[in-house]
Amino acid sequence: MNLILKIWRQPNSKSKGKMVTYPVENVSPDMSFLEMIDMLNEKIILKGEDPVAFDHDCREGICGMCSMFINGQAHGPDRLVTTCQLHMRKFRDGDTIIVEPFRANAFPVIKDLIVDRSSFDRIQQAGGFISINTSGNTQDANAIPIEKDDADKAFDAATCIGCGACVASCKNASAMLFVSAKVSQYSLLPQGKVEATDRVLNMVNQMDEEGFGNCTNTGACEVECPKGISLENIARLNREFLISKVKT
Amino acid sequence: MNGLALSSLAKKYSMALSGLFLVFFLFQHFTINFISIFSKDMFNQVSHFMGNNLLVQFVLQPILIFGVIFHFVMGLILELDNRKSRSQNYYMTKGSANSSWISRNMIFSGIVILSFLALHFYDFWFPEMKYKYYHFSPLDPNRYYEEMIHKFVSPARVLMYSVSFIFLSLHLLHGFSSSFQSMGINIKYISFIKILTNAFAIIIPFGFILIAVFHFYNSH
Ligand code: SF4
Ligand code: FES
Repeated sequence: MNLILKIWRQPNSKSKGKMVTYPVENVSPDMSFLEMIDMLNEKIILKGEDPVAFDHDCREGICGMCSMFINGQAHGPDRLVTTCQLHMRKFRDGDTIIVEPFRANAFPVIKDLIVDRSSFDRIQQAGGFISINTSGNTQDANAIPIEKDDADKAFDAATCIGCGACVASCKNASAMLFVSAKVSQYSLLPQGKVEATDRVLNMVNQMDEEGFGNCTNTGACEVECPKGISLENIARLNREFLISKVKT
Repeated sequence: MNGLALSSLAKKYSMALSGLFLVFFLFQHFTINFISIFSKDMFNQVSHFMGNNLLVQFVLQPILIFGVIFHFVMGLILELDNRKSRSQNYYMTKGSANSSWISRNMIFSGIVILSFLALHFYDFWFPEMKYKYYHFSPLDPNRYYEEMIHKFVSPARVLMYSVSFIFLSLHLLHGFSSSFQSMGINIKYISFIKILTNAFAIIIPFGFILIAVFHFYNSH
């Protein structure tokens, strides 16, 4: 396959970026999107230029690093995949592909396609934990009976990899799906219920302080989330926040 | 950012609750308009009651006007706030791949509905206020039906009225069911709420249109 790539290039967070066009030839349909960018970078390096900077780590859909907005969609046109899991067979020979960084004020661009998602870390630090000493004296998990339905829902929520595709896809740059997944993953389980009230209040406060937008229920996040995190979690977050506010 | 008053979720709840309140009002308004199709006398009676009952006039009416203004102002604040959260836009976005047009353009349908409300106030509310509280004209329990029919004579008016209600239908298709989600009830798995809200969003606005068209044909 021969393709034309239009990629956002921005030397650093201070400078103004622009779209730069690169032709790439002989792309195999079996390559992943990142492998195709690697191929392009090899050519750029041989020319003595600065390669396209992009985040990646596991390359198997686990770490959530590979943030790219491809042809107007977070992680490209495929469903339930990250960019590293996106294959070039999803495109056609001769296609022009637009590649941009995830955009939100709470995710400032560091360089090219790399954005700073430490706002997610700060939200997580505000309440996404349980304060239990785990140094060798933890209770056996099977000693606490948990309903299958709750366990399943908590597990589903816990599959959120913190990639930020929900924020990138939302017209309001809202982080509600991420925060709701993190809140749900704990609050559905007895171990997480102890701190549930503070958790939801602190995490939502931090989310607002980071400058994410307000959720207006468009549902774009759920569709674009590579892990299929459900809007049901946002409803749970709305519920828990209201109850916690009334309680405190 | 502490406190319910400022949080993003407080804005969400207030949009949902004010929206649900307006939905309730819309249903009541529809019921009265619907009466005009089969009984001129009953329509006059009900309108006279609504127009002269002290509770309706001086308690419910101000609450309603506040509700409309609140819903609009809050919606506008949300929209402006949300635009600020992404100062650099994408070169290319494909919104249709993951969300409905109307869910992304509630401010647009909202402004169309608000413009219609301005016309509606000009047509009905201001003359009514002038009649009752400025000229102190005599109570006439039989004038309402004729006054209403008179507004549906012009085809341009009926067309404008109909277009506005199509936008209202779109606004409700997202807004009504969405208010349940905002209040913490995910309706994806409670299909009867989804069916009910969608049916309401279609039947009520198109019902309003049919009533207008009915009177338009009757007056020609
Ligand atoms: S909710 Fe989905 S899209 Fe959002 S951060 Fe988690 S995995 Fe990524
Ligand atoms: S590189 Fe880890 S999810 Fe893509």
